[in-house]
Amino acid sequence: MSTKKELDIMAYKIRRDALTGIYSAKSGHPGGSLSIAEIMAVLYFDEMNVDAKNPKKADRDRFVLSKGHCAPALYATLAHKGFFPVEDMTTLRQIDSYLQGHPDMKKVPGVDMSTGSLGQGISAAGGMAKAAKLDNASYRVYTVLGDGELEEGQVWEAAMFAAHNKLDNLTAFIDLNLLQIDGDVRQVMNPTPVDKKFEAFGWNVLVIDGHNVDEIKDAIAKAKQVKDKPTAVICNSVKGKGVSFMENQAGWHGNAPNEEQYNTAIAEIDAKIKELEEM
Amino acid sequence: MAEVKKIATREAYGLALAELGEKDKNIVVLDADLSKSTKTDTFKKNFPERHINMGIAEGNMMATAAGIASCGKTVFASSFAIFAAGRAFEQIRNSICYPKLNVKIAATHAGISVGEDGGSHQSVEDIAIMRAIPGMVVISPCDGEESRQAVLAAAQYDGPVYLRFGRLATPAIYEEDKCPFEIGKGIKLKEGKDVTIIATGLMVNECMEASAELEKMGISAEVIDIHTIKPIDREMVVASAKKTGKVVTAEEHNIVGGLGSAVAEVLAEEAPTKMLRIGIEDKFGKSGVPAHLLKEYGLTAENVVAKVEEFVKK
Repeated sequence: MSTKKELDIMAYKIRRDALTGIYSAKSGHPGGSLSIAEIMAVLYFDEMNVDAKNPKKADRDRFVLSKGHCAPALYATLAHKGFFPVEDMTTLRQIDSYLQGHPDMKKVPGVDMSTGSLGQGISAAGGMAKAAKLDNASYRVYTVLGDGELEEGQVWEAAMFAAHNKLDNLTAFIDLNLLQIDGDVRQVMNPTPVDKKFEAFGWNVLVIDGHNVDEIKDAIAKAKQVKDKPTAVICNSVKGKGVSFMENQAGWHGNAPNEEQYNTAIAEIDAKIKELEEM
Repeated sequence: MAEVKKIATREAYGLALAELGEKDKNIVVLDADLSKSTKTDTFKKNFPERHINMGIAEGNMMATAAGIASCGKTVFASSFAIFAAGRAFEQIRNSICYPKLNVKIAATHAGISVGEDGGSHQSVEDIAIMRAIPGMVVISPCDGEESRQAVLAAAQYDGPVYLRFGRLATPAIYEEDKCPFEIGKGIKLKEGKDVTIIATGLMVNECMEASAELEKMGISAEVIDIHTIKPIDREMVVASAKKTGKVVTAEEHNIVGGLGSAVAEVLAEEAPTKMLRIGIEDKFGKSGVPAHLLKEYGLTAENVVAKVEEFVKK
């Protein structure tokens, strides 16, 4: 368990190290990595039963980053959790690094599923939740999807599967930052209303502020109380959150900052961490 | 002559799966609303809690299978070959093979012997597609017993396997427990010296019949059953090619990318040999009674005899 202050600080550390990875690689996806930082902080530092010393332990909670391109946020989280050194973030996407451009369960300790091809992660998460049911195991499965990802038809096949199989041990966070590569999701291919869609598919649905750690914690607690239904937590979020010039800019979906931009971003994040620490 | 036992390889798959389910509680079977056709319904009847109907959603089935396998289960995921290897290719590639998860894709209704359903349902390219995925094992059994052995071996193997089964009942090549099956090893069914015939799936029986006819004509054909198309038995293929100097491949699949291509790749590198590929000649299938289709597409013993005779005399 962590305090709100600790989780807020962790979210910004995740942002900082995700950006450091992307900057070092000169490529990657900052926008969506920054928008899921609080979700990642709460999952790994408040909720999930995982052990960095025993990444494959059978009864661990599982996490699937269905929006796999936001690997930098996942890696930064795992690094802070102790799965590997934070310093390794600078090797992201490099030829001899284990930190692949998209999550690779064969190479990165703590990664439960290889993802990157959108729409497939939620299916795998459903499979894990079903496996837990088959074994009467108590572990829970968490997944994070992008809102653009909801345009993949497979997401809805998986949503049907999870509801049909009463997978109340599955919680899916939808990072509703409303931007995808080509612009506003509502203009590219409108996936909204997301809450009503998941409701119609038979899920328990919660709508929260995706950057409020208390609301994220509360949503997880509520999801654990629900019987026979998977839970979708619709997280209203800001793409690029925490770096002023990246916020709400689709252009920062898949571009690395240059040196000046990186330094500005890190200065902003470090200032925020300092501010939080002094609160 | 005693009546030769006939069974469809899909039927044998269903029985083997049920046999396996009894022995191994870790087996989970997924099907996409086709369990009566893919024959996973026997397993379903015996072990309902371990049989999951995924509905008509093959892509989701494959990625879900990956998730289940990641939690320590051995998963068999079944559909028709066209939907398994075709529609769900990328889920198989990215969610199953890329992380090397323990999922067996058991695809039935491969090839034109699907019959009446027609070309939309007749996969003539699945071997090529599955063979191209790094690390994927591709197995195409020729009869009931070999199918059974293939299923048992696939379950023992740690990693993704593509198993190709047919709809049509075909004659038994092997007696029960008499198939020396080993993944990656061809089975020499008949020694010969003039030509090597390498076959897979239902063409093994056609080629055995053809070899008897060829014998009468004074042509001694060596017949090899290649059940594992990938990794292919390079040693056996090369040794036989060197011995006879002429190689014919036979498959119920497009001649592009399947067994013929796999054999050609090996021989081009290790023992360049004159080859003839018998198979579907870059065409789609169509509706019809399976036997009529096989005749029209040249996948019969009769046609193998004619083609081999011409090839040997050239």
